Amino acid sequence: MLVAEELDTPLDRVRVQLDDARPELLFNQLTGSSNSVRSLYDPVRHTAAAARARIVRAAAKQWGLGASNLTVRQGAVVAPDGRTASYGSLSAAAAALDLGSLVVTPKKESEHTLVGKPTSRIDARALVTGRQVFTLDLDVPGAKPCMVRRPPTINGTVKSVNNGAAVRAMPGVLDVITIDTGVAVVAETFGQALDGKEALDVTWGAGTVDALSDGGIKTKLKAATPSLDVLGLLVKKVEGEFDFAFASHAPLETNSAVADVREDRAEVWSGLKSPIVAQAAIAKAVGLPVSKVKVHVVQSGGSFGRRLFYDAALEAAVVSKKSGRPVRLMWSRFDDMRHGRMRPATHHRVRATYEAGQVLTFQHQVAAVETDFRHGLGDAITAAAAGLPSGIGNAILAQTLFLTTVKSPYNFGVTTQTLTEVPIKMHTGSWRSVYSANTRGAEEIIVDELAAKLGKDPVLFRREFLKTARQRAVLDKVTAEGDWGRDLPAGWAQGVAFHDEYKACTACLVEIDATDPKKPRVTKAVIAADVGRVINPRGLEAQLLGGLTDAISTTLRAGLHIDEGLPLEGSYSQFHYARQKDSPRDVNIFVIEGADEPGGAGELGVPAAVGAVANAYARATGTKPRSFPVNFDVDFTPFPR
Amino acid sequence: MPSHTFTVNGETVTVDAPDDLPLLWALRDLLGIRGPKYGCGIDVCKACTSHLDGEAVRPCVVPVAEAAGREVTTVEGLADGDELHPVQEAWLEQDVAQCGYCQPGQIMAAVALLKRTRNPTDADIDEIANVCRCGTYFRIREAIKSAAAKMA
Repeated sequence: MLVAEELDTPLDRVRVQLDDARPELLFNQLTGSSNSVRSLYDPVRHTAAAARARIVRAAAKQWGLGASNLTVRQGAVVAPDGRTASYGSLSAAAAALDLGSLVVTPKKESEHTLVGKPTSRIDARALVTGRQVFTLDLDVPGAKPCMVRRPPTINGTVKSVNNGAAVRAMPGVLDVITIDTGVAVVAETFGQALDGKEALDVTWGAGTVDALSDGGIKTKLKAATPSLDVLGLLVKKVEGEFDFAFASHAPLETNSAVADVREDRAEVWSGLKSPIVAQAAIAKAVGLPVSKVKVHVVQSGGSFGRRLFYDAALEAAVVSKKSGRPVRLMWSRFDDMRHGRMRPATHHRVRATYEAGQVLTFQHQVAAVETDFRHGLGDAITAAAAGLPSGIGNAILAQTLFLTTVKSPYNFGVTTQTLTEVPIKMHTGSWRSVYSANTRGAEEIIVDELAAKLGKDPVLFRREFLKTARQRAVLDKVTAEGDWGRDLPAGWAQGVAFHDEYKACTACLVEIDATDPKKPRVTKAVIAADVGRVINPRGLEAQLLGGLTDAISTTLRAGLHIDEGLPLEGSYSQFHYARQKDSPRDVNIFVIEGADEPGGAGELGVPAAVGAVANAYARATGTKPRSFPVNFDVDFTPFPR
Repeated sequence: MPSHTFTVNGETVTVDAPDDLPLLWALRDLLGIRGPKYGCGIDVCKACTSHLDGEAVRPCVVPVAEAAGREVTTVEGLADGDELHPVQEAWLEQDVAQCGYCQPGQIMAAVALLKRTRNPTDADIDEIANVCRCGTYFRIREAIKSAAAKMA
C-alpha cells in the first residue's frame, strides 16, 4: 500500500515478494517484535518516492519537458498535452539517469488516498481458492516426503535403530536416516513416511528434562521469584501470586521445509522469520560456505513467533545431504506440540500499596523459564549468539525486551518490574506479545482488585491513574461502545483492561457467560486501539481479532502440561485453542486515528484481552483467578510417547 | 499395488496406492492437489476438509479405497472457472484469511453447512469445529451469514 501510494499506481500492480536470506542486510531481515510497519514505513515511502521522481524525470527528458509540468496517474506519467508513458516503458531510462544527489520527499500524509483506507489482503483470492503455495505445496523436482521419529522426552537422543532394514523394506519407504533430533524416514508419500516412522524401533538416550514435570517447574519458578519488599504492618496492600502454563505456538501448518543439498550447493525453502541466522546454521551443518546455500523464505501457515526458529529447515538440509536426494520434511502435529517451541511458564508476585485513595507503590516480580532468543534478532552480533550456549547473550536480549515492552501505564507511585529467568533446557521461544501477555495480564487483574479495594469502578479507577489522554481515549471508547455497567444475568459479567506497548495502546472490554465456571464463553468483545498512523485499518482489526482469540484461549483453556520431560498435549483435541464455539458472536473493533508515526500492532491485542477475559471471569464467578488457563484439567488420554 | 478410480473436481483420476493410504496423501502427494492441508492427521483440526459426494469429510482419515467410484471435491473445485463460489466471495468481502492455511477447510465446511441449512443460526455456525490458529472466527461467522444471505 505504501508503494502504491507513493507511485500513484493501482494496488494490484504492486507485487511484494519474500526475499531469500541476504546476510548483507544485517539488522534488517527479521519478522518479529511487531516491527514490520514501524521499520518499513519511512524507508519504503522514501524508496518509492525516489523511484517515482526518477520515472517522472525520465519522461521529462524523453519529451523535452520540465518535470514539474508532468503528473502521474494510474501507473503512467502524463504530459500536459495528454501524452502518456507507462512506468514500465520508462523504467530502464529512469534507472540509468544521472541525477546527482536526488532529494525526494514522500507525499504528505494529508495527501494519502490509499494509506489509511480499509483494504483487503492482496493474496486473499489465492488463499480462498487453495492456490496459495505454502512450503509443502512447492513442486521441487524429486523432493520426497520425509518425517522424523522423535524421542519420548524433550532433547532425547538416538542410541540405536533396531529395525532399520525392516522399515526400509516397507512399501514406499526410500531411506531411514539418523539425525541429531531423531530418525528420519523418506518415502514416496507422507502417509508411507508416517507409517515408516511409526514402525521404527529405536533405543533412546535420555533427554535434558526427563525428571521434570509441572510441579517441579513451578517450584523452581517460585524459588526464583524475588520476594516482594518487606512492608510495615499497617501498610495497606493488594497482592497476588500468579502462574501461567506453557503454551504451544501451534501454527496450523506444522514445522516444515524442503531441502535440496548437493555436493557443492544447497537450496532450502521454509517459512522463516530469521532467514539470515537459518542460512548460517544450515551452511555449517552441511559443510558449505554461506554463499553456496540459498535460503528461500516461503509464506507460512501461521507463526506467532514459532518460525523465528529454523529447526525444520536444518533437519531437512541434513537429511537431504545424508540421503543424497531432495526432501520435503514435515513434522507431525504430535511432534509439533510436544517437541516444538512453547511460551515459557511464568510465576508472578504482584503487589500494590495504597493510602487515602492514592496508589503509593506497584511492584511486580516475574520469574520465567528462560525464553530462547538464540535465533538472534536478525543482526550479525546476535546471529553469533545462535552458536553460544544458552544463557550467554540470551540474558541481555531477554532483559532488554522485557524492559522495553513491559511498562506500567498507570501513575502508581514507585513502580518496579523485574524479570528473573530460569534456564531449563526445553524448547521455548517468543510467543506473540512475549512477556506482556502474562505480565501485563496479571497486572490488569491486580488493577481490578485494587479498584475494588478502594471502592472504585474498574473503568473510573483506570481513567484516574492512566498517564495520558491518548490512553484514556481508547478506554473511553470501549466503555461507551460496550455499554459498560449494563445489567447482565447472574453468572455473566463484563471485564475491562488496558495495555500500552510499541508506541500503541489498546483497551478491551468483554462479556463472559460463566454460568458454568468450567465452561465459560466470551460472548462479546469491544476493542479500541490507537496505534498512531494506520496503514490498513482492516489488517489492524485482523491483528486485534487474532490477539483476542489468543487471549480467550490461553486465559480460559489452552496450555501444555509437562509430564516427565514431555508435554502431554499432542493435538488440538488436547491443547484447547479456541474454536468457533468458544469465540464471541459479537465483536466490535474501533481504530482511533492517532499520531503521525505508526506504532506496532501485531502483538498489542493479547495482553489487554488477557486482562479483560480474566477480570470478566473473576467478576462473573466471584473468584480471584490466579492460575492460567483457569480450566486446565487433563481431560484427555495422552497419545503414546 | 491396488488401483483406485474416482473423480476429483469433476475429473476422473486413477491412483495406485495401498487401500489404507489416507485420501489426503493420495490427493496431495500422488495427484498434486494441494488445497487440502495437513494439520493433525486425526480429524481434529479439520484443515483438510473436503467433500465426498457432497458431504464434508476429512481426507486425513478417509482411506483412499473408500473414495473409489465416488466424487471428491476439494477447495480447488469450488469456483466455476474465474467465478468464485458465493462462500469464497464472502470470504473475500470479509477479508477473512490471515495466514490462510486453515481457510480451504473452513470454506469447505461452510459450503457443506449451507448445503444442509440455507439459513444457519449462530448455534449452527458454532458446530463448525475447524481450528483457525490466527483466530479469525468472528470474520468466518460474518462471512457465512453474508454468503447465506446472498445464496437465499
